[in-house]
Amino acid sequence: MKRNYKKRRSMLYIPGNNPAMIQQGGVYGADSILLDLEDAVALNQKDAARILVRNMVNVIDFYDAEVCVRVNHLSTPFGLADLEAIVPLQPSAIRYPKTESAEEVAELLNIIEKIEDRHGLSHTKMTLHAMIETAMGVQNVFDIASKFDRVDAITIGGQDLTADMNIVYTPDGAGIDFARKRIVMAAKASHIDVIDTVFPDVNDEEGLRRETEYAKKIGFTGKAVINPRQIEIIHDVFTPTEEEIRKAYRIVKEFRANSAAGIGVFAIDGKMIDAPIVTRAEYILRLANVTVG
Amino acid sequence: MLNSLGREIPEYIEGIGKLEPFQGALTKLSKGWMDEPTIPAPNKAYLPHQNKLCNSLEEAILRSNPHNGMTVSFHHHLRNGDILLVQTLTILHNMGIRDITLASSSLNECHDPILPYMKDGTITRIYSSGIRSQLGHAVALGVLDIPVVIHSHGGRVRSIHTGKIQIDLTVIAASAADCEGNATGSHGKSAFGSIGYAVIDARYAKQVIVVTDNLVDFPCIPLSISQNFVDQVVVVDSIGDASKIATGTTRITNSPMDLRIAKLAADVIEYSGFFEQGFAFQVGAGGASLAVAKFIREKMKTKGIKGSFMLGGITSYCVDMLNDGLFETIFDVQSFDATVSNSLLNNRRHIEIPAALYANPFNCGCITNKIDVVVLGALEIDVDFNVNVITGSEGKVRGASGGHSDTASGAKLTVVVCPSFRGRIPIIKKRVHTIVTPGESIHVLVTERGICVNPAFPELEENLKRAGLNIKDIHDLEIEVDKITGIPAPLEYTDKIVGVVEYRDGTIIDVIHQLKEK
Repeated sequence: MKRNYKKRRSMLYIPGNNPAMIQQGGVYGADSILLDLEDAVALNQKDAARILVRNMVNVIDFYDAEVCVRVNHLSTPFGLADLEAIVPLQPSAIRYPKTESAEEVAELLNIIEKIEDRHGLSHTKMTLHAMIETAMGVQNVFDIASKFDRVDAITIGGQDLTADMNIVYTPDGAGIDFARKRIVMAAKASHIDVIDTVFPDVNDEEGLRRETEYAKKIGFTGKAVINPRQIEIIHDVFTPTEEEIRKAYRIVKEFRANSAAGIGVFAIDGKMIDAPIVTRAEYILRLANVTVG
Repeated sequence: MLNSLGREIPEYIEGIGKLEPFQGALTKLSKGWMDEPTIPAPNKAYLPHQNKLCNSLEEAILRSNPHNGMTVSFHHHLRNGDILLVQTLTILHNMGIRDITLASSSLNECHDPILPYMKDGTITRIYSSGIRSQLGHAVALGVLDIPVVIHSHGGRVRSIHTGKIQIDLTVIAASAADCEGNATGSHGKSAFGSIGYAVIDARYAKQVIVVTDNLVDFPCIPLSISQNFVDQVVVVDSIGDASKIATGTTRITNSPMDLRIAKLAADVIEYSGFFEQGFAFQVGAGGASLAVAKFIREKMKTKGIKGSFMLGGITSYCVDMLNDGLFETIFDVQSFDATVSNSLLNNRRHIEIPAALYANPFNCGCITNKIDVVVLGALEIDVDFNVNVITGSEGKVRGASGGHSDTASGAKLTVVVCPSFRGRIPIIKKRVHTIVTPGESIHVLVTERGICVNPAFPELEENLKRAGLNIKDIHDLEIEVDKITGIPAPLEYTDKIVGVVEYRDGTIIDVIHQLKEK
């Protein structure tokens, strides 16, 4: 069973062919940076983006942010070249678009691991984020999420999904609501992160907050960001409340004290505290940047 | 001689006189009085019912005893929409007047047309709080033999009191005036809000001409400029380009970088120890600086904090905060948009103040002395927290001292906000090109890559660290930024001094050398 919840409240998309934006990517406080070689890059810029990201990904200081690269799908003329260029650099994760089946992930991992073998790299450092952007992907998401240790997050791509479903995206998200909840459930079943789609209107702060609150309520652990101005609201929603932090702090502290004394299960205020509760408490403290001293 | 910041200052400059080196922000003030005597204001008399109206600006100038070597002054409340300064100097030039000292409270791009007069001897000296565009470039290259004097808004008042600037003629643009010269900027088609910088000129100039495009029935209310100081009144079709004088409302920036810096600055203010009931606040109108107000507004609402007053250059955003009940009062020395004029005219808690009350260091207490928190910008800042707001990275004069050193000196917390680099140029330097505001007045620098606290304020640093903010040593941040940008090749200068930067107390904080032309 995977237990890979990370601090991924926000994932900031940065077009891979924009050096100024890449250079500044780390200063906005996003938990995760996504250098994009796929949809944010025009067809005639694919090579430029790949070369730029290859040259910058390990040179620029992104501070505390996790750095991921979204490659093109292997069915395009760019996918394999992207992997050949990026995998040797071992960013935190590769994000794979339009993932539709476990077989597809297996094929992708096979290619990645061969590249890693050629460069003498381990198969455990870099993870994979599978993007679910088609009806078929939604259908197969449980297998995609659960069968591979290296898949430690799944995400929903709302724009592509509505296009694939041949419907129009509406602000209430009605068309993708089933997909959202199914993807969340697949992630929860596999104990991995699940990131909600972007909110496209960067000037609608209230709409962003509403949608983010909904995403959190139904189980998403973070949300994709298309403009740094959106980060603060998303963090505000996903950061635990003071009450949650205090409770989590108490749980982790007492857990450690009890563990040291050889006690596995204990109670706080009459409620039994076991491993899953401690894991969630630790996750809350991570989100809040709180360490138990 | 060296001043206390280690800058070499000449003892005497022909055309300016003896210079006194800067010795610390409060050193001269701590005496309790100004050593230099205050010169008397002009003594005039008018007969009952004497007509002050003139048919044209030219006629008014002719009646004002134009002469070689005269000093002519202007206010810059019309910002980049001003046309009167150029018109006046063109008239004087056409009259053959030479050797003019130009004493405008600031100079903008709209004043570029006077450049030929700086080259042909019409204008030989400049006193101003700021110089930009072609004029700034020309000054840096040494167009004038006598260095320009850059002063702060408060320092300008002091210079007029002491007679360093002796104004022969002031031309005061007003968006409304009556036949006696009672005048204001708060209404009329060219309304620009406060006329605070012109008040001292009206009081001290030997000849005062009020120019308006909106003659109203006597009396013109409010009496921002009052008739007892005004010699002549001229009615013209237009005092300036209305679209550049006052735009509708000032918008908060959409730049993610400015917003990021502003958010961090607001966090600094929140945890500084000065964000409390009744605090007094000033922000600039520029990008990140104004955006700080947006975040402070939210924090005030969340925490239920109500401030005392806002000061300074006032934007519609400040007016909104007043109307929201977040502050009790606005003191307005300069307004930035049309909405502000309406508020200034109609809200008695929105008070127009003259530059003397705003920032003159030598009186019984200017309002900058009561600021708790001010947020300021910077063109450059060095590892000693000295700030340059006057010369750009290419060596041109391109900014304004304005109220920077005045407010920094008065505030309990001075926050400088700027990106750590612009384009390819690092903003944090080992040594700034020109010091305008001394590091001792700056408490904290906020950039997108970290927050640096002046080591002179360890308690503040402790407060901010406790709040979990990303505090870095300014030397470390300088190195970090240099790694990204590289270190620019130094600019080349001659020994000729083209500018003197006067601190608000009249001492010289720095000089600007002539840029070598490439």
